[in-house]
Amino acid sequence: MPEIAWREALNQALSEEMERDVNVFLMGEEVARYNGAYKVSQGLLDKFGSARVVDAPISELGFAGLGVGAAMVGLRPVIEMMTWNFAILAMDQIVNNAAKLRHMAGGQLRCPIVFRGPNGAGGRLSSQHSQSLEANYAIFPGLKILAPSTPADAKGLLKAAIRDDNPSIFLEAELLYGVKGEVPTGEYVLPIGKADLKREGNDATIITWSRMYYFCEQAAQALEKEGIHVDLIDLRTLKPLDEEAILASVRKTNRAVVVEEGWSFCGVGAQIADIIQEKAFDDLDAPVERVTGLDVNRSYAAVLEKATEVSAERIVAAVKKVMYREEGT
Amino acid sequence: MAPQLPKDQLLSMYRKMYLIRRFEERAAQSYQQGKINGFCHLYIGQEAVAVGTTEALRPDDYQLGAYRDHAYPLTRGADPGMVMAELFGRATGYCKGKGGSMHIFDVEHFVLGGYGIVGGQIPLAAGLAFASKYRDDGRVTVCYFGEAAANQGAFHETLNMASKWSLPVIFLCENNRYGMGTAFARVSPLPEVYKRASAYGIRGEPVDGMDVLTVYEAVKDCAAYARSGKGPVLLEANTYRYRGHSMSDAATYRTKAEVETERKGDPIPKLRHYCVETVKIPESEFEKIDAEVKAQVDAAVKFADESPEPSLDELHEDVMVEPGEPDVKPRERVLGIKVDWPVWPGPKDYKVTWDLEPREQAEEADEKAGLKQPAKQPARA
Repeated sequence: MPEIAWREALNQALSEEMERDVNVFLMGEEVARYNGAYKVSQGLLDKFGSARVVDAPISELGFAGLGVGAAMVGLRPVIEMMTWNFAILAMDQIVNNAAKLRHMAGGQLRCPIVFRGPNGAGGRLSSQHSQSLEANYAIFPGLKILAPSTPADAKGLLKAAIRDDNPSIFLEAELLYGVKGEVPTGEYVLPIGKADLKREGNDATIITWSRMYYFCEQAAQALEKEGIHVDLIDLRTLKPLDEEAILASVRKTNRAVVVEEGWSFCGVGAQIADIIQEKAFDDLDAPVERVTGLDVNRSYAAVLEKATEVSAERIVAAVKKVMYREEGT
Repeated sequence: MAPQLPKDQLLSMYRKMYLIRRFEERAAQSYQQGKINGFCHLYIGQEAVAVGTTEALRPDDYQLGAYRDHAYPLTRGADPGMVMAELFGRATGYCKGKGGSMHIFDVEHFVLGGYGIVGGQIPLAAGLAFASKYRDDGRVTVCYFGEAAANQGAFHETLNMASKWSLPVIFLCENNRYGMGTAFARVSPLPEVYKRASAYGIRGEPVDGMDVLTVYEAVKDCAAYARSGKGPVLLEANTYRYRGHSMSDAATYRTKAEVETERKGDPIPKLRHYCVETVKIPESEFEKIDAEVKAQVDAAVKFADESPEPSLDELHEDVMVEPGEPDVKPRERVLGIKVDWPVWPGPKDYKVTWDLEPREQAEEADEKAGLKQPAKQPARA
C-alpha cells in the first residue's frame, strides 16, 4: 500500500467521488486556482472545471447556505471551510437549515452535504485560529460528525460522508495534513459510526479521536515499556457514536481515560464519560479520567500555548491514575 | 399598459387571492380559539405579491420564503386542508405537524419551505439557482423575504455571489414597511431596498405590490431575464400587512389612520373592480367564487380540526435519513393521491457544461497582472 499524506488522501477521496458522481462539487475559499489553502484540492480545478471546483468569496455564511440549497435539490456539495473557526460565521446555515430541513419538512427533503476543513490547534496562532469546535456541533440532532486520525481513515470516511444523504461535519486538522500513512488506492469506503481499536491491551481503555490519537499512541508506547497495555479506541466518528466499542472495552479493562484536544467544560469527552458511568458503572474500578486542553483561551507565546495543550505525559499520568499506580512506582 | 389577460386567468388569480385572504382570516380565528399556537404570521394585505408571482412562473420554478409563508403553497395548488392541519399541528399537515405555521414545505409543488431565521432562506435560494445552472434545467428560483432581511449579512453575501455567477434567481423583497415593530426607515439609511442592487451590479426595481397584474407583469419580465442567463434581479414589491407582525402583535407602532388608508388599496377588491368594470365579467361570477372559497376554507378548518395529533413514533422520524429510505410525499401519505414527485435530473446521467469562470478569462486576467499561469503557491504554513 502506498504511503501518502493526509492532504493527498483527502484529495484522492474528493477526486474519486467527483469522478464517480457528477452531482458532487467542491466550493470554498481558495479551493480552485490556489489549489486549496492547505493544498487539499490540488489539481481538482484542472480536472473538473470551474463549475465543480468553485472559488467562493469570503462569505462563509453565504456559501455554506448556497451548499445547503443545492443539496436540497439533489446536488452533493462539499463545502470547504478554510478552518472551522471561520465556520462559526456559517453556523446559522449549518444548524438552523442543514440539520433541521428534513425534520421541518416532515421528511420531504434530504440534505446530502459535507462541511469540511481543519479543526483544532494550528500552532502559534493565538485564540481565534486554534479552537476545537466539535462540541458545538455535537449537540445538534441532524448532523453526523466525523473526526478521523489516519490518512486511510480520512479517505474512507470522506468518501462515506459524500455518499451519505445526511449533512456531515468532517473535521480535519491543520497539523495533520502532512502526516503520512498507508492508504488503499481506489475504492475504499469506511462505515460511518464505527470506532477503530487501534491498539489492544487489558489494563485500561484510552478513548480519543482526530489528532489526539497520535498523542495517545505515543503514551501507549511509553506505558508498554512499563508493562501497561491499553486498548486504544479511535472513535473516528463522534456522531453517531460507537457506544458498543467503548462499552465493550471498558467492560474488559474496567478503566477509562478520555482524551480530547478541546476544552474540558462541556467537551465531547464529558458526554463519553457520562455514557460510561451510566451504562458501565458496575464495571468501573476507577472514576473515568479526562485529559483535555486547558479551559483557557489559547495564547500566542510558546510557553503559554504549550501549557494549554494535551501531552503524552499527561495521558500517561491519567492512565496510571485510573490504575492507582503512583507516578514512578 | 400590458395586454388584458384572459378572463379565466383573471378569475383564477382572484380565486387564489381570496383563498389566501379567507384562509388567513380563519387561521386568525382558529388562533384565537386556541387551536393554533406559537407564532402565526398572516399574509393578509400582501396577497397580490405571491399570486402575481406564481402566475408569472413556470410551475416547476423553485419558490421559498420566510415565516409568513402560508400563501406560497396555496398559490401553487397545495391542499388547503393540509396547510391548515400543519398550522393546527396535526399528523395530516404538510410536514406532519413538525414544522407548523413558519415552516411549510410543499416539495411536490416546488415550494421549498418557510424559514424562521430572518434572511436565512436567502443563501438557500442561491443554492437552488446554482443547481439549476449546474444542470442547465432552465429553472428560476424566487426567494421571498421581508425588507428587514435586507439588513442581514446573508442578503449581502448572497447577492454578491448570485451576481458574480449570474445565478437565475429573483430576490423578491416583500416590503411591508415593518420588521416586526420597527419601521424599516428607522433602521435603514436607504429605505428603498431595490436601490441596493447597484452595489452588486444587478438589475433592481420597485413594483406596486398591491396590484396583482403589475406584480405579474414585473415578475414575468424578471423571470425571462433571469432564465436567459442575464443574472439575478432584486425586485421590491411595496406592500402592506393589514394585521400585526404575528398574532401576538397588537401593532401599536403604527396609527389606525395609516392602516385605514392602506386598506383603501386592498388588492382583492381592486382586481375585482377591474374585472367587473373593464373586462365586464359579471359580478355574479365573483359571488360564486367567494361562496366556493368560503366552503373550501370551512372544509379545510374542519379537516384540520378533525385530524389526529401526530403519533409519538414520529419523534425520531425525519431526523436522519437511513440508506434506501424514500422521501415523504405528503398528499400521497395523507390523501392517498398519487403525486408526481419532483425528480431532479437523474442520478448521474448529465454533464456539467457550465463554465463558471472560463479559463480564457482567468488567463487573460493573469496575463494582465503579469502572471503567465497560476503561480505555484506553497502550502500555508
